Amino acid sequence: MSSQLLQLHVCKLPRLKKSRRNSGIPLHFFIPTLPNPAPSNNRSLFPYSPANQSVTVRRPFPLSHGTTTLGFIFQGGVIAAADTRASAGGGADCMLWERILTREIRLYQLRHRRCLSIRGTAKLLSFMLHPFKGTEVCVALTLCGWDKDLIYVCSDGARLQGDIFSVGSGSPYAYGVLDRDLRWSLSKEEAISLAREAVFRATHRDAYSGNNVDLFHVTAQGWSQRKREDLKEEYYRDMKRKTNIVEG
Amino acid sequence: MEYLIGIQGPDFVLVAADNVAASSIIQMKHDYDKMFKLSEKILLLCVGEAGDTVQFAEYIQKNVQLYKMRNGYELSPSAAANFTRKNLADYLRSRTPYHVNLLLAGYDDADGPGLYYMDYLSSLAKAPFAAHGYGAFLTLSILDRHYRPDLTRDEALDLLKKCVEELRKRFILNLHSFTVRLIDKEGIHDLEKLTAGAK
Repeated sequence: MSSQLLQLHVCKLPRLKKSRRNSGIPLHFFIPTLPNPAPSNNRSLFPYSPANQSVTVRRPFPLSHGTTTLGFIFQGGVIAAADTRASAGGGADCMLWERILTREIRLYQLRHRRCLSIRGTAKLLSFMLHPFKGTEVCVALTLCGWDKDLIYVCSDGARLQGDIFSVGSGSPYAYGVLDRDLRWSLSKEEAISLAREAVFRATHRDAYSGNNVDLFHVTAQGWSQRKREDLKEEYYRDMKRKTNIVEG
Repeated sequence: MEYLIGIQGPDFVLVAADNVAASSIIQMKHDYDKMFKLSEKILLLCVGEAGDTVQFAEYIQKNVQLYKMRNGYELSPSAAANFTRKNLADYLRSRTPYHVNLLLAGYDDADGPGLYYMDYLSSLAKAPFAAHGYGAFLTLSILDRHYRPDLTRDEALDLLKKCVEELRKRFILNLHSFTVRLIDKEGIHDLEKLTAGAK
């Protein structure tokens, strides 16, 4: 992974098996399974969407997409934060696509002798994901970069550039905290504590987020990672603070 | 959830689109631009399914620019609209149809202004005024009532403001800002954004 580019992904799961051919990616990843010739009526309002009727393996359990991730830009660079609770589902897809993307970025760097910009990376990822639209691939990445860009890419095909993004089941809670207090002029410490607070509040309310919080700070000079913090401690501190306010 | 509107005058076309990029219940962006510049005097407004909009619109945009590079002159709005419709129709019965609703607005030096309405089933209609989205249900009757073919620019902008006002009053979702652009023989002009406080 280029030291100047950082990606947040949804969760972690054991690695997929790969074949030796096609440089490690099984061929069926690039050719979605063929659709049923006869269209059935159980799909959405659009009558001709055979891409959604591909023959799939029956899953042993329903997929869920639980996590909270967030990223925002301020005067001191880009902050990225996420919780660490792993839930089945998008995790495997995200791991794989992150590796594919890393490989493509490195290939570009070798071929063209310059680093791919964040926008270029986002466009590349978006085009790579497009053949899988309508299948069960679920990937949502927030790309944070040294050129002070923040881009959200997801497997639906959305590609959005902005100043603040939060993704995952806990994202509405995180937005609630961030939207109130985020300003461009925050100092580095204030920004970090805001990100921590947002993830903490989201993990408190959202059942599918929790455990620890990972925090990254990206600048033009590189990225730095904070020590992983257990949110359980944060919760006890918050409880104590509240009882002090009530008593005092 | 998204809203597009176009009003054609005697020598201009006025178009507006909302600025919200949403993902289920969250507004991910408040300043998202849904208009794609196909050429100096043609704009494509595109709404619909998340990735399809950008993919399809950029595909059309690059092809129109390629035509100019190859042939030395630009496609007319009518030709661009028909090209877009043909592409939509070709993909319609493929494995990957594009679920997008479009408005194409342009000014042709020979034929004058033109507004073309296209939907995801690749129907194409040249219309004096048009709208897409749930907001269209609320605003088309206003356009029916107050539209005249000889509107001046200010009158067209007032008509647009009436429509936006109605959306603010009756539409369940909060679309708090709209990008507004005007196309005439001089090209594409950015007008002031219509926001919640504007009157």
